[in-house]
Amino acid sequence: MELFGISGEIFLAIAGMATLLSSVFLNKDSSYRITLRLCNLSFLITIILIFFSHSHSGSLFNGSFIYDDLARFAKILILIGTMLTLIIGYKSQKLDNFNRPEYPVLILFSVLGMLLMASSNDLIGFYMSLELQSLPLYVIAAINRDNIKSSEAGLKYFILGALSSGLLLYGMSLVYGAVGDTSFSSISMASSDGMSNLMLIGLVFMLSGLAFKISLVPFHMWTPDVYEGAPTPVTAFFAIVPKLAAITILLRFTFTAFDNAISSWQQIIIILSLLSMILGSFAAIMQFNIKRLMAYSSIAHMGYALVGLSSGILEGISSVLIYMVIYMIMNLGAFIIILSMRRDNQSVEEISDLKGISQTHPFIAFSFVILMFSMAGIPPLAGFFGKWLVFASAVNAGLIPLAIVGVLTSVVGAFYYLRIIKIMYFENNEVKLDVVDNKSSMIILGIMIISTILFGLFLNWFLEVTMGISSSI
Amino acid sequence: MMIVSLEHYLCLSAILFTLGVFGIFLNRKNVITILMSIELMLLAVNINLVSFSSFLNDIDGQIFTIFVLTVAAAEAAIGLAIIVVYYRNSGSISVEDIKKLRG
Repeated sequence: MELFGISGEIFLAIAGMATLLSSVFLNKDSSYRITLRLCNLSFLITIILIFFSHSHSGSLFNGSFIYDDLARFAKILILIGTMLTLIIGYKSQKLDNFNRPEYPVLILFSVLGMLLMASSNDLIGFYMSLELQSLPLYVIAAINRDNIKSSEAGLKYFILGALSSGLLLYGMSLVYGAVGDTSFSSISMASSDGMSNLMLIGLVFMLSGLAFKISLVPFHMWTPDVYEGAPTPVTAFFAIVPKLAAITILLRFTFTAFDNAISSWQQIIIILSLLSMILGSFAAIMQFNIKRLMAYSSIAHMGYALVGLSSGILEGISSVLIYMVIYMIMNLGAFIIILSMRRDNQSVEEISDLKGISQTHPFIAFSFVILMFSMAGIPPLAGFFGKWLVFASAVNAGLIPLAIVGVLTSVVGAFYYLRIIKIMYFENNEVKLDVVDNKSSMIILGIMIISTILFGLFLNWFLEVTMGISSSI
Repeated sequence: MMIVSLEHYLCLSAILFTLGVFGIFLNRKNVITILMSIELMLLAVNINLVSFSSFLNDIDGQIFTIFVLTVAAAEAAIGLAIIVVYYRNSGSISVEDIKKLRG
């Protein structure tokens, strides 16, 4: 029963193929609905399998697949995020008429890549899982194939994604040349007595490739365009799930492969995080499209998460993990609201379309206020605790200037979050917005709002769990 | 007679890789050229891997190369499919025309 550690991934791969086959034989009207349910069912079973199979840590396939607490935490988070994004996108996809059965199947295969990526402990495994994750994502961005914006988003995402994989791969080849082996443990051993130049260049290339995937400045150019062009349910998926997986592999990569070279990667991460926080906050001010705004906001949030990583201490790892949980909660809530914005049977995405929504739909307006306050980091809400933890770990590591810049940029960020609230409550519009009331989405929105408000009560539990994870890396 | 050393291979692959990157950014005409540039980058990496593998007497690099080749094929297929979809909508694959989304 050695393979029990990878049983979740094996099950998901088989389930994906079976779903793909069955979707061909189903009749056209119901195939999307049934495929979606089958995919969600397989995600649920995978969560259960991973929960039990990763209860003790170990490694498989000559050390190239590792299962431990970090992998378990990240995988369960990825799977929950995927299920929720599939559920909230269901109605909007039906209305916009691109309810094709291949959409959930492609998401399933991409998620399989993410799960393998969270467990990879070897350069070859890492590269293959990264590609398995990104190739379906290129297709999903262009899934609305009669829409020129969607296909252009797919094209841009493909070109820049392929470029980033090329950079990553070049870095891998240099690191392989310097180490003579592809496993993370040999890289860690080779870097214990100083980094050679070859290895350092390889590290820089690999970090820039990864920075593309989590859209950090200066590798962020694709993010606003892809977010705007892709259909909104796809944007919701892009904003939440691939980032969780990429942050996990970044943690594993920096803290297991290059754990002896913290001073080498720390400067790079600090610069990436500084630039992302500054550009993410300032560029979002000029945006009128709410999806572009969410893109810049996600760039800024990734910058904040990297503040925790750049501290290079165990406390930093736990703060990054908690930040990602909070990021997922806030973004899910925000995207439910963006998905429900429609007028004349068309989805609308301008910020000014939200005018006067406080009178017509008080619950939506109130939830958006809570989410925006949380993203801006106003105290009793979840976003505050995330920022507090990452900045605290930066201060503990002696990176006080970085923490100060972080606090200042989050003040700038508060400006555009509060502007949305002002538009909703203090401006009126003659043309009212139709809000599509979808029961399951509204229930999820309610849960997200409650967890945003009450996150502080569970903070100790989260800290305990994530500190356990970070000390086991 | 000159002996071809590891440095020669590394320089060749670095030059090819740089050509690939510049091909993506400087090209203003055709998206297919971008696809070729991406392929060039991946093949430059393969030269790197195989030469390291041969000079280190280690088989891992060559195995890695096989995987990279496979992924490159899949990537080209998906890239071409997306270009076809884009062409159906816009009637052009010129890089200058890809500007519906601006930021």
